[in-house]
Amino acid sequence: MNIDKRLVRKDSLEKLFDILKQNSKTIYAPFSKNSKVSFREADSFSGITTDYIQTTQSSKEVAFPRNEKILNYSKDKEGMKVKGIDLNDIPEVVLWGVRPCDTMGIGELSAIFNWDYKDEIYNNRLSRVTVFGFSCSKSDDYCFCTSVGGNPGNTQGSDILFTQLGENGDYLAEILTDKGSSIVSISSALFEKTENIEKEKFLAEVPARFEREEIRGKLEKFFDSQLWVEQSLKCIGCGACAYVCPTCACFDIQDEAHGKSGSRVRCWDSCGFSTFTLHTSGHNPREVQSQRWRQRIMHKFLIMPDRLSVYGCTGCGRCSRACPVDMNILEHLISIQEVSL
Amino acid sequence: MDDLRKRAKELLETSAVKVVIGYEQGTANKTRALFVEKAEDADCLIFDSRCVQNLATYVTKREVKDKGKMAITATLPVMRSIIQLASEFQVNDNNLLVLGITPESKLVEFKNLSEVETFVHQYQIEIDAKNKEMLDKIAKMTQAERWKFWIDELSPCFKCYACRAACPMCYCHRCTVDFNQPQWIPVPSHELGNLEWHIMRAIHLTGRCIDCDACYNACPLAIPINLLTKRMLEDVKINFGSYQPSIKADHLMSTYKPDDKENFIQ
Amino acid sequence: MTDNLYMPYLMRIERVTYEAPGVKTFMLRFVNDDDQEKFNFKAGQFGEYSVFGVGESTFCIASSPTRKSFIECTFRQTGKVTNALSGCEEGSIIGFRGPFGNTFPIDGWKGKSLLFIAGGIALPPMRCVIWNALDLRENFKDITIIYGARTVKDLVYKYELQEWERRKDVQLITTVDPGGESPDWKGEIGFVPTIVEKIAPSSKDTIAIVCGPPVMIKYTFPILSSLGFTDENIFTTLENRMKCGFGKCGRCNVGKVYVCKDGPVFTLSQLKNLPDEY
Repeated sequence: MNIDKRLVRKDSLEKLFDILKQNSKTIYAPFSKNSKVSFREADSFSGITTDYIQTTQSSKEVAFPRNEKILNYSKDKEGMKVKGIDLNDIPEVVLWGVRPCDTMGIGELSAIFNWDYKDEIYNNRLSRVTVFGFSCSKSDDYCFCTSVGGNPGNTQGSDILFTQLGENGDYLAEILTDKGSSIVSISSALFEKTENIEKEKFLAEVPARFEREEIRGKLEKFFDSQLWVEQSLKCIGCGACAYVCPTCACFDIQDEAHGKSGSRVRCWDSCGFSTFTLHTSGHNPREVQSQRWRQRIMHKFLIMPDRLSVYGCTGCGRCSRACPVDMNILEHLISIQEVSL
Repeated sequence: MDDLRKRAKELLETSAVKVVIGYEQGTANKTRALFVEKAEDADCLIFDSRCVQNLATYVTKREVKDKGKMAITATLPVMRSIIQLASEFQVNDNNLLVLGITPESKLVEFKNLSEVETFVHQYQIEIDAKNKEMLDKIAKMTQAERWKFWIDELSPCFKCYACRAACPMCYCHRCTVDFNQPQWIPVPSHELGNLEWHIMRAIHLTGRCIDCDACYNACPLAIPINLLTKRMLEDVKINFGSYQPSIKADHLMSTYKPDDKENFIQ
Repeated sequence: MTDNLYMPYLMRIERVTYEAPGVKTFMLRFVNDDDQEKFNFKAGQFGEYSVFGVGESTFCIASSPTRKSFIECTFRQTGKVTNALSGCEEGSIIGFRGPFGNTFPIDGWKGKSLLFIAGGIALPPMRCVIWNALDLRENFKDITIIYGARTVKDLVYKYELQEWERRKDVQLITTVDPGGESPDWKGEIGFVPTIVEKIAPSSKDTIAIVCGPPVMIKYTFPILSSLGFTDENIFTTLENRMKCGFGKCGRCNVGKVYVCKDGPVFTLSQLKNLPDEY
């Protein structure tokens, strides 16, 4: 298939932003706060940061918010009323400035939310998101997208992928989907026709570090390995890795009552927490941190590929960057690959 | 830090301890915890100004404690944490040996925790100028401004509980937030849930927090939650005098006596 | 099911039966007739029962799919939600999501004998199959039920036990742990595995269904094996903490196997292939 490639001048981005706003799109873009870059709703173009290798948090919140009211209930004289979330209230969103490892994560997250049972809340949110991917021109020690099927200019998951042609340069825009085309149609003057531009030389270089198929094979025989104990000894059991991850989908369901009415909320949870699998009886199938760490790696590199036909890791390296005790997933994966059975 | 490596090696060779907790080179320019169990691995130990993680959080971790007697590379904040933990009966001379590192980066070994306490008491806990200035600024805000400040800061919190996990004093087997009968603190990470969590945490740490900033350093979103505990530290100072962790002293907010006239705690 | 997977059916509690200390059975009817009309389930499946404002809790459907127009559930008061459920009176409205999970392959058991072995509060997941089989009695040969609890008081479904006792086409053996008997106790005294060994039921053309506390299950399996039951003919159910019920919330998996989707019903041979994570 021939990808529709256009040139977008650097100065045109702000105009594009304004056109989207005029078309009542809600725009989520990267902003810096306390020296950390995160996505939030953008009111104006100024302030959107471009200086980041990767945002601290992934963009998954746009389809899988940390707290999602899944229903509201109220009790009155006539009885109990329960009302689900109104899917029509979900806004049309443009997700601006997403790195290719995050856009790829959308597919992996969707696999979880559509395994047999289709999660219509998630699907509806996602269907109203237009993804503006931005290729990577820089990488760091934590990046490993090329080891897990991605690359710094990967188009997968983007509706339009922007690649900046050199520092301070203009952008190559690859229009990848109908959603992308419809953006071009409302701002066509900004998307100039162009000769074929090669984006490769403008992309970061991320060397491949391991073979994920090989890791998957090892994990098949690895359940009782001492390695989990060794790797997780410094793990302090917080949920930072899971919450910044673009593909972690574990959640809790909590009721919140306010007098006679209230709501049921689906909220993020993490397999790293000691209470995650705790039975009311006090029995806990994953009693120690090594079992919980094993679950994290197994889920992403064995269980998901086996059950959902996708891996659960995009190599964004966020979990390692966010980890308060420097548990480096790349290092741990390499050491799994290197173990001889 | 040849002294440290040499001493760690000796301790392991003579089986004086089973594990030495220290630092190693981490990713990029970071350092991270290292658990040395074999003498030959002691050469991986490092120490320099980047080693700020409070390692005392590991001395109450089941998997580490179960290895047997521990030795810990302890900077001043780590030593303070250990004394506070000792006063709460979490560590003692039988299960922990302190390899102290003075503020001048000199290795100093203590025979027992009581010596550590004496050493620690030479130094007052002082909030640094930058944070002090921030505390003053917040104190001068109107109530509405202060509310806005904290809502802005705490709203992004997604309750990963890295602050709790990194804190040596948050060693409870089951934290208040993990109880649901009753559910004291809302589970979701919304405004109210976040506020209640962080305020509750600061109160639980009052008179126990030694101001190491582990919570702030651990926060993946760099939320200045340490300002809350620092504020409590200041309030303790104003109302009760300067706080120093002390093995024998009563605890400011959690003193318990067997003959207490209230029976709810028994 | 509605589009919203998390939307529960509204159920009215029609009858509350006190079973044992802390254990109750609810008979639930759909508030909405349409829901009732469309609702179908099979023996072994489970649901998420909820008290609005408190939360959801996972347990099996304890009634038989052959009995239409209502479902029953039996639970012990242990956590936040079961405590709140326990406080609900007849007429109250609760939520129910389901059915989820796999089922006992009861259609494949035609012409065979069935041996049910249950301990304590684990009779409910089996009661569903027992009644299902009894309602289709002609499809099966012998039906034997061995049921034990800690004390006489802890036996659940006391009226039904009497009914099964009276029936000529069911052999019921009840037992209580040593010391748990009452002066007028006429059943067996001894732990369930011991009683199974003593009775030594035949494995010929027989399916064994075993539900109970882990320790009971652990000691019953080898006895059944020594009686000649193959691993494929021994069935049990697993429980793990769950939130969603449909394979997304991430906490019930044992290795690659999701208890909510691949279970809760497993054969012993499937169980033996699972890693030690349940």
